[in-house]
Amino acid sequence: MAGLNKSEFTNPVVNWIDTRLPIFTMMQTEYGTFPTPRNFNYFWNFGALAMVTMMIMIATGIFLAMNYQPNAELAFGSIQHIMRDVNYGWLLRYVHQNGASMFFIVTYIHIFRGMYYGSYKSPRELLWMIGVVILLIMMATAFMGYVLPWGQMSYWGATVITNLFSAFPIVGQPIVTWLWGGFSVDNATLNRFFSLHYLLPFVLVGVVFLHIAALHVVGSNNPLGIDVKSPQDTVPFHPYYTVKDSVGLCVFFIVYAVLVFFAPNFLGDANNFIPANPLQTPADIVPEWYFLPYYAILRSVPNKLLGVCMMFGSILILFVLPWLDTSRVRSARFRPIYRQIIWVWVVAVIALGVCGAHKPEGIWVVISRVATLYYFLHFLVILPILGKLERPLPLPESISRPVIGGGGPMPSGATAKPMEKA
Amino acid sequence: MMRGVSQLLTMALIAVATAAPANAQDAPTAPAQRWSFDGPFGSFDLAAAQRGFQVYSEVCAVCHAMQYLHYRDLAGVGLNEEQIKAIAAAVTVPQGLNDQGEPKEGPGTPASQFRSPFPNDQAKRAAHNGALPPDLSLIVNAREGHADYLYALLTSFADAPPGMQMQDGMNYNKFFPGHQIAMPPPLQDGRVTYADGTPATVEQMAHDVVTFLTWAANPEMVERKQIGWRWVLFFLIMTGLTYAVKRKVWSDVH
Ligand code: HEC
Ligand code: HEM
Repeated sequence: MAGLNKSEFTNPVVNWIDTRLPIFTMMQTEYGTFPTPRNFNYFWNFGALAMVTMMIMIATGIFLAMNYQPNAELAFGSIQHIMRDVNYGWLLRYVHQNGASMFFIVTYIHIFRGMYYGSYKSPRELLWMIGVVILLIMMATAFMGYVLPWGQMSYWGATVITNLFSAFPIVGQPIVTWLWGGFSVDNATLNRFFSLHYLLPFVLVGVVFLHIAALHVVGSNNPLGIDVKSPQDTVPFHPYYTVKDSVGLCVFFIVYAVLVFFAPNFLGDANNFIPANPLQTPADIVPEWYFLPYYAILRSVPNKLLGVCMMFGSILILFVLPWLDTSRVRSARFRPIYRQIIWVWVVAVIALGVCGAHKPEGIWVVISRVATLYYFLHFLVILPILGKLERPLPLPESISRPVIGGGGPMPSGATAKPMEKA
Repeated sequence: MMRGVSQLLTMALIAVATAAPANAQDAPTAPAQRWSFDGPFGSFDLAAAQRGFQVYSEVCAVCHAMQYLHYRDLAGVGLNEEQIKAIAAAVTVPQGLNDQGEPKEGPGTPASQFRSPFPNDQAKRAAHNGALPPDLSLIVNAREGHADYLYALLTSFADAPPGMQMQDGMNYNKFFPGHQIAMPPPLQDGRVTYADGTPATVEQMAHDVVTFLTWAANPEMVERKQIGWRWVLFFLIMTGLTYAVKRKVWSDVH
């Protein structure tokens, strides 16, 4: 049905636009008055933090691309040109480089939040699955970005990871040749990786939009994992969560700044300061820290094809997590056993990360095999069975009950502007 | 109970991780030195960096290039324009082609790249028994152990222990992975004469040249740390302020 939007904005320009294209109304309903559970803890900051990091990555990336040369002869030198000659080029580059790490830190915590509080369960399954797509796109983007500086680890990391596809029978080798655009990682590979590294973040933006759109249909989960039952259970997003997210954002910027300004290469690899050399393989090829757990899974399996399948499987399995977990209670708070074993899973993942940084020899093989086994056991065996056996604690009646300490229902003017009362 | 188990697991892991062998080729970890640029307040000892540049140009530059540096960058170690012009003018650098289409050479300017001792990698290898003296612009960042490793490497040339089979033209150095390095010991006491009268011991020269090379690999370091402090302090204050506002906003909910 065609018709003008009845805008409530009084500014004539805003009103004129909003009547014809209600983006201001949309912002207002989706981010201003949007009813949000009142009992979030700081774990609920991490989505907003990931969003901010994504924007920082795109902004710094575009400026880096203005001075970067996607050419095997020139790439390494162009990074040095950025670092030494471009005004504040070192800042752009270190913000981008460490931004990738920060992006993964906040995203991993964000995912853990979802697992701990059961945010993937009905009706948020699709929201969760879109999130897994986001993770995959992030990983592809970061992997290709890491190739761009064309250092030793860039080159050999790209070689090892693209070579994984050769494990597939018959189609494997042709796929690898196709990915490379030649018979080894070379200029053609670097060119296409640059092109895709520029493209994928914008695909990411689109998928993140879907993620948020889905969120705003089903609404946020909360630490109690119970549904919102009445307006008393919620507060408007603004100012309550805008200000709470701002607190988290400030802390995030401190951590980020410490990395960028005081330890910009702490998470990097010394080998990437050596220009790519196809004739000299580094002693040990290791990926960036955020890929180490998957790398450990890959290297823990003696059969290459099986290892590749398990590595990809370790992420793909997240797609079906909503159906593997048979418990109907969302929050770990009311699941006495789940809230313990989820930590065992976390330890297994960290163990895999540590193993990934070491050559697969001796004790490291043993640990990584046990941890890999546990990783899959958790999803495929423990979760399905646990949901049936575990006796959950009684759930609270509503969100407002346990949090309003006898204070009665919230004042109806929940949008009250805080400053007026100061 | 389970939490206990996971704590135990974590502890065991940390124990294993820290007990891991340091290096596959059993080169010892380089002992930590005191550097002017260490820590969040550290900056470069410019006198040492200038002496280090002297060591580089009089000793190392015979074999090692530093292709990412230009003479003008030396302002970063505190040299003034006159000094830089003089340094650049004293070297002969390639200057494109002459009217006959032949390669031309001439005195450098502050905009010239540091002069490379060899035209290409093949020439470098040919002169060094097949080994390649790496470019030193980024060498401090490109090795585990960084400045400490470089210092240890430069000060630890020695005779091979009895029984060790050395290849032709190789030198023993316990900090180099595999212990056999194609670089002959570059520093001997008195190898250079410092204008400021500092005694040129091997340790002193190594210390100076490593300071110079650390600057060369991270010329932005001092500015970076300064901006970093401002940024961190700003956001510490902002965290406090936003938290106060948050408390205020939420006071009618809790
Ligand atoms: C006679 C030529 C020569 C001189 C002079 C020389 N080097 Fe070298 N340097 C080499 C060669 C050759 C290698 C390669 C060694 C190898 O790979 O075995 C090398 C390697 C190195 C390395 C890399 C070690 C590693 O971990 O791979 C460093 C650092 C280094 N030199 C520093 C210096 C410094 C600093 C000076 C000056 C004080 C210097 N060199 C003087 C020839 C030289
Ligand atoms: C979603 C977000 C992004 C992620 C996770 C990401 C990740 C990375 C990573 C890990 C590197 C390697 C850093 C290094 O070791 O030097 C890199 C480099 C690079 N990225 Fe991105 N990036 C993102 C977005 C972008 C965008 C949108 C652009 C450009 C439009 C871009 C342009 C570049 C360029 C030019 C480099 C090479 C310079 C360098 O290595 O510092 N990036 N990226």
